[in-house]
Amino acid sequence: MSLFFQVILDGLWAGLLYGLIAAGLSLIWGVMDVLNFAHGDFLMVGMYVSFFLGFLFKADPLVSWVASGIFLFLFGMLTYKLVISRILGKAMAPLLATFGLSMMVKNLVLNRFSPNFRILESTILEGRSFMVGDVIVPLPQFVTSLFALAVLGLLYWMLTRTRFGWAVQATALDGEAARLMGVNTEKIFLLVFGIGGACVGIAGGLLPSYLATHPDVGTLFSLIAFMIVAMGGFGSVPGALVAAVMVGLIESLAGFYIGPVYKYIAVFGIYLVVILIRPKGLFGW
Amino acid sequence: MSGEILLEVKDIRCGYDGVPVIHGVSLEVRSGEIVAIIGANGAGKSTTMRTIAGLMHPLSGVIRFDGADITRTPAYSIVARGLAYVPEARRLFSKLSVRQNLEMGAFTVKDRGEIAARLDRAFQLFPVLKERAGQIAETMSGGEQQMCAIARGLMSNPKLIMLDELSLGLQPSIVEKVLETVVEIRNQGITVLLVEQLVQEALEISDRGYVIQTGAIVHQGTASELLASPEVRKAYMGM
Repeated sequence: MSLFFQVILDGLWAGLLYGLIAAGLSLIWGVMDVLNFAHGDFLMVGMYVSFFLGFLFKADPLVSWVASGIFLFLFGMLTYKLVISRILGKAMAPLLATFGLSMMVKNLVLNRFSPNFRILESTILEGRSFMVGDVIVPLPQFVTSLFALAVLGLLYWMLTRTRFGWAVQATALDGEAARLMGVNTEKIFLLVFGIGGACVGIAGGLLPSYLATHPDVGTLFSLIAFMIVAMGGFGSVPGALVAAVMVGLIESLAGFYIGPVYKYIAVFGIYLVVILIRPKGLFGW
Repeated sequence: MSGEILLEVKDIRCGYDGVPVIHGVSLEVRSGEIVAIIGANGAGKSTTMRTIAGLMHPLSGVIRFDGADITRTPAYSIVARGLAYVPEARRLFSKLSVRQNLEMGAFTVKDRGEIAARLDRAFQLFPVLKERAGQIAETMSGGEQQMCAIARGLMSNPKLIMLDELSLGLQPSIVEKVLETVVEIRNQGITVLLVEQLVQEALEISDRGYVIQTGAIVHQGTASELLASPEVRKAYMGM
């Protein structure tokens, strides 16, 4: 029985991390109908920021996440200003542009920093864990999960309880009507892209505690994040969290009880079933 | 009863993607008036209003409001100047509550006390909205949604409110009620510019009117002149 709980908890940690990564993607899609194909590369950039702060200045990821978050906040806003704002609303253009951005960022990092896997040594959380009964809780994953809950909680609070959040929702629902209320929707778009970047940046900042950094690290995470956003319902932050935890649990259960090679077959299979039954996602509008 | 010119539109031309829709429309609204723009579907009534509200900008021509040139001013600053636009088909924030919709109407105001006071006034004008404050906007009936849209426009405390096709999709008894409210709004000192397809009903509550046809003004005059005009009666009232 404790083995079962071990598998469940492992799935939960993975799921919460996925939730943190998917939240920004979901927010950006929900507000401006842009699928940011460079989202996984935002994560990768965040990891490099954290890795180099640790490698060069001995900063621990538990501190560096602040820098990664801020860096990706600015990177997100820059992406909006330089790329997205010029082509917003023009059919496939934003999709293709972010795809191009993804290629560019990935290859730039590959070119500058080589394809080598980089591992940050002797971080505070590295290798630590604690026991709950017979179940092992690895500290890096546990702390990342707490961050995920805190960031998602804050994001949800901001969207539903603050006037800025209402303006974001109003912009998402009807941009023109929002402008008639006095909302500068351009500014909302800019900030939303920044906030989406910051969320994934915080995830990227924490990950070097237990994951190697390399130019392609974002690819699988990005794929999973897209699936979570579609499954949870485009634009719904709570939906993204629920779908993310589901994905984490399925991945962990299938990986243990069926076999590790089958875990993504199970994950993407269940995704297909959900989308067939509810095309707008679990919490979609 | 009419005061100085509040809104002045001078020979504006506008279009979508280079295709002209409005070919030189001029009109003026004096403070305290109810002015109606009437005309058939597709004549350019809504385009005129959208241009005044700043959602689109004219290719040429000038729009002046309250003494300032607002021809190129973006929509979000126009509302702060005291010109509110209640768009066609209401355009409420469908997933937000009535209260949130109304508060969004006062988005340019930061003072919580002022917002609360305006909310009270909106509830006085439309008591039904007070009962529905917590309800999600899209779950209300068409008439209630229209009241919510008007109230949301009033939350910005405008000098002039533009009401676009209030009667759209509403049953006649509700239309009458909504139009009565328009008179009440004017009696509170707010100038009204109105777009309607229900020509007779609109002119009956208006001081003056403009008849727009394929993007140009073809008649103008006091409401009673237009109501008596054989051309207007023939073209728009089927008489």
